Amino acid sequence: MISSLVNIASILFVVAGAFFFLAGTVGLLRFPDVYTRLHSLTKADNTGLGLVVVGLAIQSGSVLAALKMILAWLFVLVSGATAAHLISTTALKGGIRVWRKE
Amino acid sequence: MSFAGLALDGLLALSLPILAWRTLAARDLYRAAILFITFGVILALAWARLGAPDIALAEAAIGAGITGALLLNTVGGLSRRNGGDDDERPDEPTDRVGRPWTTRLAVAIPVTILAVGLGWAVLSLPAPTVDMPSLVGEAIAEGEVSHPITAVLLDYRSYDTFLEIGVLLLAALCVWSLGLSAVRGEAPEAVAKSPVLAGFVRLLAPAMVVSGVYLLWAGTSQPGGAFQAGAVLGALGVVMVLTGLLAPSLGRGSIIRAGLALGFSVFLLVGVAAMLATGGFLEYPAGFEYGLILAIEFFLTFSIALTLTALFTTVPPREKKEGA
Repeated sequence: MISSLVNIASILFVVAGAFFFLAGTVGLLRFPDVYTRLHSLTKADNTGLGLVVVGLAIQSGSVLAALKMILAWLFVLVSGATAAHLISTTALKGGIRVWRKE
Repeated sequence: MSFAGLALDGLLALSLPILAWRTLAARDLYRAAILFITFGVILALAWARLGAPDIALAEAAIGAGITGALLLNTVGGLSRRNGGDDDERPDEPTDRVGRPWTTRLAVAIPVTILAVGLGWAVLSLPAPTVDMPSLVGEAIAEGEVSHPITAVLLDYRSYDTFLEIGVLLLAALCVWSLGLSAVRGEAPEAVAKSPVLAGFVRLLAPAMVVSGVYLLWAGTSQPGGAFQAGAVLGALGVVMVLTGLLAPSLGRGSIIRAGLALGFSVFLLVGVAAMLATGGFLEYPAGFEYGLILAIEFFLTFSIALTLTALFTTVPPREKKEGA
């Protein structure tokens, strides 16, 4: 009973994470400029990966493995935020204009 | 094997040749570099699916990570070179070499022959007369390094690792002899002075040192080893060079030269010493394998990390303006 509940929770978390990745990818392909594309990409990396990690962590059955996955997620959070900041700063200084609705 | 596993493997096997083709066909060098990184990541996934986590780690760290960064660094250098001093945004560097059908044919025919030959060779392999896997397994049980890949690499294929570190040393020497200019001051002002980047490097450095040393240590009993550890530490060096933290102190002094050659020299020294003791090059005397292998791996890691970092201290020189 408990194990099937855990399985259902896992599936829900991973599917929700996959949805964020899908939405992020669609945004990356469809959004008009570098800033909006970064916005969609960071949502996929942060929330999507976080949900997948939660879904897998409750399946792993060991605290150590779960902590390792959470640590990996934290590193992705930090490096994703830094990379997004650097790309957008460089783009702004390089004279790439922010997209406005006509 | 489950259907999902089969579908994933099929997807990986299908994407690899397509990615390879797109990488080679791309005219835009920036696009080619990104495709190359994607190719490396998919290849690492394929190795992981084949049950070879060591090779997957090495491919992800060196093949996709470090090589990708090296390619992007070069593309960036070329792009600045084409840019000139005017306000115009620099053009993306493109591959301007012509590709007539004669060239395509001259490449395609030998590659096709090689592919067919390799396929034929694999399919017509005779059944092995000696059961190598179980022999190796027995030998590893006797040896002290318990992880099969590290043990095989060092007990049986010391030559391979020896030649690989030699190739890495040669690569660094070749890059140095090209007369490229120093990377200093090349990073955009906004990036080089960003407090976010400085904080990020400060946060990342201790974690990368710990995981690099852990990979080296873990290499004796689980996936990891000198090349993977060297790649992680080298990546830290690359980040520090590109953010301007390391570049001023990393010149071409005799200490750096000695550090680059250290791994190769120690390997050679141990190999020759082993030859004097046991009569065979790199045949370690019984009882000393574990200590010798770990010592070699330690120095290898140091030299690999330093070499990978040193490769990033140069950029292509600015193009000479000829009537432009």
